[in-house]
Amino acid sequence: MANDREVLREIWDGKLPICFHLAQEEIMEIQQPDPFYVMVPRLSYFPLVIDKMKRHFLRFISQENSDSEMWLDFNGQPLKWHYPIGFLYDLYCGNDPQLPWTLTVHFTKFPEDILLHCPNKDVVEAHYMSTVKEADVLKHRGQVMSTMQKKDHNQLWLGLQNDKFDQFWAINRRLMESHGDNDGFKHIPLRIYTDDGVYNQRLVCPKNTDNSRKTLQQMISELYPEKSNVNLRTHGVIIPPETPLQWLSEHLSYPDNFLHLCLC
Amino acid sequence: MSDEKLIDETQSQSVAGMEALRIEVDNKENSDPSKSDKLKVDILLKATGNAPIMKKKKWAVDAEKPIGWIMEFVKKYLKLEADEKLFLYVNQTFAPSPDQIVRNLYECFGTDGKLVLHYCKSQAWG
Repeated sequence: MANDREVLREIWDGKLPICFHLAQEEIMEIQQPDPFYVMVPRLSYFPLVIDKMKRHFLRFISQENSDSEMWLDFNGQPLKWHYPIGFLYDLYCGNDPQLPWTLTVHFTKFPEDILLHCPNKDVVEAHYMSTVKEADVLKHRGQVMSTMQKKDHNQLWLGLQNDKFDQFWAINRRLMESHGDNDGFKHIPLRIYTDDGVYNQRLVCPKNTDNSRKTLQQMISELYPEKSNVNLRTHGVIIPPETPLQWLSEHLSYPDNFLHLCLC
Repeated sequence: MSDEKLIDETQSQSVAGMEALRIEVDNKENSDPSKSDKLKVDILLKATGNAPIMKKKKWAVDAEKPIGWIMEFVKKYLKLEADEKLFLYVNQTFAPSPDQIVRNLYECFGTDGKLVLHYCKSQAWG
C-alpha cells in the first residue's frame, strides 16, 4: 500500500512553468503574438492543459489552419501528447534543466510518422484507461480494474483531469494494494527510456529469488548487466539505487500506474 | 500445417541472422539490449466480435515493429476501407498504444513463445 502520503502529495503537486511560442512560419499577422506562460501539473497531459493557449494563438494564424490539429515541439523534437508532461521534461531536459520550458506551437505540417492524432480529450482518456489496465494486468492480473465499476474508472480519470488529489487517490489506492499472501505486486509496471524516447518494458518482480525486496540497483544490474554506472530519473529526481521497487511503484508511479524512468 | 512450416523456416533464418548480428554488435561494443537482437516474434491474431477471421493467424514479426504497423497490416489483409477502425487487444484486456513496440509486449505478455493479439472492428474491452 502507498502509505507515505506526503510523498504522494509532493509528487502530485509537482508543476512546470511553460512558455509557449507560436512557430514563426504560422504567424499571419503583422503584430507578433506574445508568448503564452502557464504553470502545468507534471502529472497531466498536454491536451488537458492547452485550451487557453490555443485560443491565444488562434487569431494569429491563417484562417484555413484554424481547424487543423495543433502539436508541440521542443528544440525540433515533436512532443508525444500521450506521455505525461513531467516525464517529457525529464526526458528532454533532465540533464540540462531550463525553466520556463520553452516550447513551439504548430498548426501545420503534423509529423504523422512520430505523433499519434488526438482529435479530442476522449482519446486521451481512452489511452489513459488502457494504460492503467495494462499496469493492473502486470500487478494483479487485471483483477482490480475488472472488478471496479464504470463510475470508479470515471472518478480516476476526472480526479486526474481536474487535479483533485483526494478524488483520484480514493480509487487509485485500490490499484496500489497487494493481493494474496504477497506483500507486493506480481510485477512492477515500468518503462525505461533512452534519450531518443525509445523504451524497454520488461517483466520485473518486486522480490528477489530469496524473497528479499528487490532494489532499483538490483533491477538495473539484471536488465543492464554490461553497464556499470546507470542512473534513473523520474519526477525530476535521480532515484537512490537502494530504493525498493515495490515502494517506488506505489509512490512514484505516474497516474497511469507506470513508472516512467529516464536512463541518464 | 503449412503455416507452421513457414514460420519455422523464417525462425531459423532469423536465428542465423541474429548470430551474425550478435557478432557485429560485439565488435561495435554497443550492447544496448533494445537495439542489439534483431529478433522475430511470433504473434497469433485472433478475431473477436464482428471482425472477419484471418486465414493465416500466426505470423513472425520483426520484434522492433510498432503495434500501429500490425494494425495497418491486419487492415490491409482484411481489405478494410481506410476509414474503418480496427482495435487490437492484449490479454483481452487493454489496447496497446500504436507506438508500443511488439517486443515490449512479447516480453511482458507473451505466453508459450508467442504474443496473442485479439482484433475487432469495434471497441471490445473498453
